[in-house]
Amino acid sequence: MAGLEDLYREIVLDHYKTPRNRGELQTPPAVRAEGLNPLCGDEVVVYLMLEGDQVADVKIGGQGCSISQSSASMMSAAIKGKTLREVSDLTHAFKGMLMVGDHGHDSEVEPHEHPEVALGEMEALKGVMKFPSRIKCATLSWNTLIQAIHEARSPEAAAQEG
Amino acid sequence: MIDPADTDTDTATATRLDPLDPPSPLDVASIKADFPLVAERLERGHPIVFLDSAASSQKPRQVLDAMTRYYERHHTNVHRGAYQLAEEATDAQEGARDKVARFIGAASSREVIFTRNATEAVNLVAQTWGRQNLGVGDAVVLSHLEHHSNIVPWQMLAAEKGFELRWIGLTADGQLDLSDLDRLLDGAKLLAVSAASNVLGTLTPVPFLAQAAHQAGAKVLVDACQYVPHHRCDVQAMGADWIAFSAHKMCGPTGIGALWGREAILEAMPPFLGGGSMILNVTLEGFTTAELPHKFEAGTPAIAEAVGFGAAVDYLDKVGMDNVLAHEQALTAYAFRRLHERYGDDLRILGSTEPSQRCGLASFVYKDVHPHDLSQILDERGICVRAGHHCAKPLMKQLGVNATARASWYLYNDRSDIDALVDAIGAADGIFDW
Repeated sequence: MAGLEDLYREIVLDHYKTPRNRGELQTPPAVRAEGLNPLCGDEVVVYLMLEGDQVADVKIGGQGCSISQSSASMMSAAIKGKTLREVSDLTHAFKGMLMVGDHGHDSEVEPHEHPEVALGEMEALKGVMKFPSRIKCATLSWNTLIQAIHEARSPEAAAQEG
Repeated sequence: MIDPADTDTDTATATRLDPLDPPSPLDVASIKADFPLVAERLERGHPIVFLDSAASSQKPRQVLDAMTRYYERHHTNVHRGAYQLAEEATDAQEGARDKVARFIGAASSREVIFTRNATEAVNLVAQTWGRQNLGVGDAVVLSHLEHHSNIVPWQMLAAEKGFELRWIGLTADGQLDLSDLDRLLDGAKLLAVSAASNVLGTLTPVPFLAQAAHQAGAKVLVDACQYVPHHRCDVQAMGADWIAFSAHKMCGPTGIGALWGREAILEAMPPFLGGGSMILNVTLEGFTTAELPHKFEAGTPAIAEAVGFGAAVDYLDKVGMDNVLAHEQALTAYAFRRLHERYGDDLRILGSTEPSQRCGLASFVYKDVHPHDLSQILDERGICVRAGHHCAKPLMKQLGVNATARASWYLYNDRSDIDALVDAIGAADGIFDW
């Protein structure tokens, strides 16, 4: 049986207590996306500044439980300076770790194996998998990031199409 | 990091009796034995401590047996066949309606419409009476206490019809702020308000509000979801025009609730859903509606659920609603005393601190621990509480909190359940105290 120590790992609590990259970025040039968990009211705001294909800066706002907020903090630290390709790999790896499908519906699928992507301290959130009601808390920031990337790229995409 | 054994010492402590605590009139041990889930289920090795009855109550064996017996011996469709079995099914359905009508003091069973739940009952009024009577220049008065189920149906209709929504605010201790009531009701066509808040436990002065609204020419709809399960309910004394409530919060099954309305008003309302059962006659040119209450009940109804609803009402009647209320108030007083003794200002209970002015629940915030995390920690001890916004986001915003933990108790809870809650909250310190 899953114990609370699987959920509240030290590194998770550390990110909750001392969140990284907390704050806002000016929009524009940055984009802002907001994710809500309608069940419990958790809220994550992602400010994303892309330079070309690279995450130049990211800031996190919002409020919520330890899992949603520490996951957002870890994510911000992990994606800063990464290319969108690397961010995409991280997203797949993270959701794969929690056995969440990457089609936006959190459908349970076979865990992806992404041996080439190191999740680092985000591995500490693996225990969340044993608490199904908290998986949405852990993935909220990643889903919000996907929205932010989509938004950041959509004018560009529109311009290309135009 | 967390060793449950460290913090388990108090759980074994016997229930603390204090001469100041009001006694309960109920024999809770024998009531508990009627509720299989409460009596028998183990949660992580602990007997379950179910403190989420405000979300949905557990069901006594008497209700479960009545529903099974109905399916095993009496089931067919109602109001259709001309054979013995069909009469039995119809009697079961209508007998349940009679019980519910008596339970709330309705003038007649014709005034009790079975719906899917209280939410559907509110939507029924919005989509029939509301659609017919509300338009540009009109106003509907709601309160900041309301559950989403008594907000969203009016917002949906207002977006379509262009009427105004006005809001009764709250005082600092979570009561309705009635200082501006006359102005709010001036020109309003409807007051739709909760009798009891699912977040703050606030009881609202329904008879007073109904009288004020009627004087202003407005109709009155009461969301009685958190009221009917816990109080002796008399719709005549309440003075409202409609009340809405759900069976599943009062020992009955899910999937059925009721709208009570004054007969003359129900008669004047257009039908809700169209289909079988709600018609008197249908031709290619049109239809005429059935008599009350069937006019509002299209399609095959939830018959077994109605039977369960009737059995739930019988069960509560036998215990006695005055006893249920006295028991809950005694538990509320006990819970408030023990929580305060143990945690002092570290634990903030929202709403009034006077047990007689509230229903049997406590929404609280403990230190900086997020309610979602707190409920996870309580779950480790088999304690079920609700965490989140309780389907009342506008109210949470008003209170300046994003979420709370809510413990709610009912006739099958006793002091040992409160003790388990009180002892377990502190376990959060081992994780979140820094």
